[in-house]
Amino acid sequence: MPIQVNGSMVSIPDDPRMSLLDMLREHLHLTGTKVGCNQGACGACTVLVDGERIVSCLALAVQYEGRAITTVEGLSGGNNGDLHPLQAAFIEHDGFQCGYCTPGQICSAIGMAGEIARGIPSHVTEDVAAETIVLSRAEFQERMSGNLCRCGAHNGIIDAISEVYGSAHAAQDDAGLVKEIAQ
Amino acid sequence: MTPFNYSRADDAEQALALGSAPGAKFLGGGTNLVDLMRETVERPTALVDVTGLAEMIEEREDGSLLIGAGVRNSALAAHPAVRTRYPVLSRAILAGASAQIRNMATVGGNLLQRTRCTYFYDNEGARCNKRTPGQGCDAIDGFNRIHAILGASDACVATHPSDMCVALTALDAVVHISCTGGTRSVGLNDFHRLPGARPDIETVLEPGDLITAVELPASPIAAHSSYRKVRDRASYAFALVSVGAALEIEGGIVKDVRLALGGVAHKPWRALKAETLLKGGPANATAFRAAAEAELADAKALNDNGFKIELAARTITAVLSELAGAEV
Repeated sequence: MPIQVNGSMVSIPDDPRMSLLDMLREHLHLTGTKVGCNQGACGACTVLVDGERIVSCLALAVQYEGRAITTVEGLSGGNNGDLHPLQAAFIEHDGFQCGYCTPGQICSAIGMAGEIARGIPSHVTEDVAAETIVLSRAEFQERMSGNLCRCGAHNGIIDAISEVYGSAHAAQDDAGLVKEIAQ
Repeated sequence: MTPFNYSRADDAEQALALGSAPGAKFLGGGTNLVDLMRETVERPTALVDVTGLAEMIEEREDGSLLIGAGVRNSALAAHPAVRTRYPVLSRAILAGASAQIRNMATVGGNLLQRTRCTYFYDNEGARCNKRTPGQGCDAIDGFNRIHAILGASDACVATHPSDMCVALTALDAVVHISCTGGTRSVGLNDFHRLPGARPDIETVLEPGDLITAVELPASPIAAHSSYRKVRDRASYAFALVSVGAALEIEGGIVKDVRLALGGVAHKPWRALKAETLLKGGPANATAFRAAAEAELADAKALNDNGFKIELAARTITAVLSELAGAEV
């Protein structure tokens, strides 16, 4: 069974040592997904598997047979004028400087939005039993902690995420209750 | 990474057959094993992928929860029964790793996580009895700020890195194990070993044994539980010290308590001494502090990690006080 990458069927590599990250970059030449630490610590290689975010550096490609992978190239339809709303928000809010971590940040944030919509709590959620997540800047920061930005664009990144997945207040309101998403 | 054969097991029986080959290892999410293979600390000749097996969480009539070994860490933390009846477990998992890694990592794999001792990882440059038995330990006289204060040996001062396991030991979880000869179960507190002279042997698993599930017994006290992790940054770092606790108070007296520590020992540390002292005594900060000090009476500091002893005492006192405050 092949792997689906951005809608295209791709056969699994012969060598089981190949990571999903190397398969995407070296075999498929989808170089949007970046190699950072290659040990799961930085998040630059984050992709979506059936809509859930993972780090592709620690994933053996063979393990993802039959699954649907989405990389940053799969978000915009390949047309610069047709950006994903989160990509546009990253530009608007200076959510990057060098841009190396950006594809991972964006894939991660999209996965994060799905987790929030499903009512999944985080380390900073006050009541883990609550059925709705009360969004705040602290929630976004905690949920994005697996993606590092060495340029230090984290404030812009959270601003961009807040614009798309929170309310306008999320950008300014550090502690406040911003928006409830029903489970 | 050294070459290996990869196969995916369709069921536990097939997994056991494939896993009995010398040099074979079971593969969960790979978040630890793949990393260690890349560092050539782990060199399996065959990987048996068991991620498709045992992905269910079963709520049983007796109030217990049976968690398949293939359940993802994120799915376990998000399960409504865990969030309401065993919050210490949700909180512990959510305090660990990143969202991406929690989406990949399995419950069985988390139980078998290996230490993040940097000397253990440094295959080329450091001696390590855990990696190469009998080689010596460069951590004992090296940079050992993150290392153990309880239960360490002359051979190894590494700590167990899991948050999830700290909660599981506090909850009296039971590990279900299959082997070619049948099945058995082991309490979480007896599952991991102290290092002694053989730090390379980390659990009671025999070669070829497969973890199939983790059972959480029905536990009314678990609903009133919490987890606190102290680390060098606010998120996505291993614990310097962590505390998982559950507390039941009646008339100002501790009726029942569960207490476990992470980041301090070669295994998740169930604080049974402190629990015994606390039961039947007053539920106040003075008693909590005294129990913490009793638990830590045998703690030994290395060059750089003495701060952990006081940090553990304060964190225990704080978590229990918070639980007591919430109860009153």
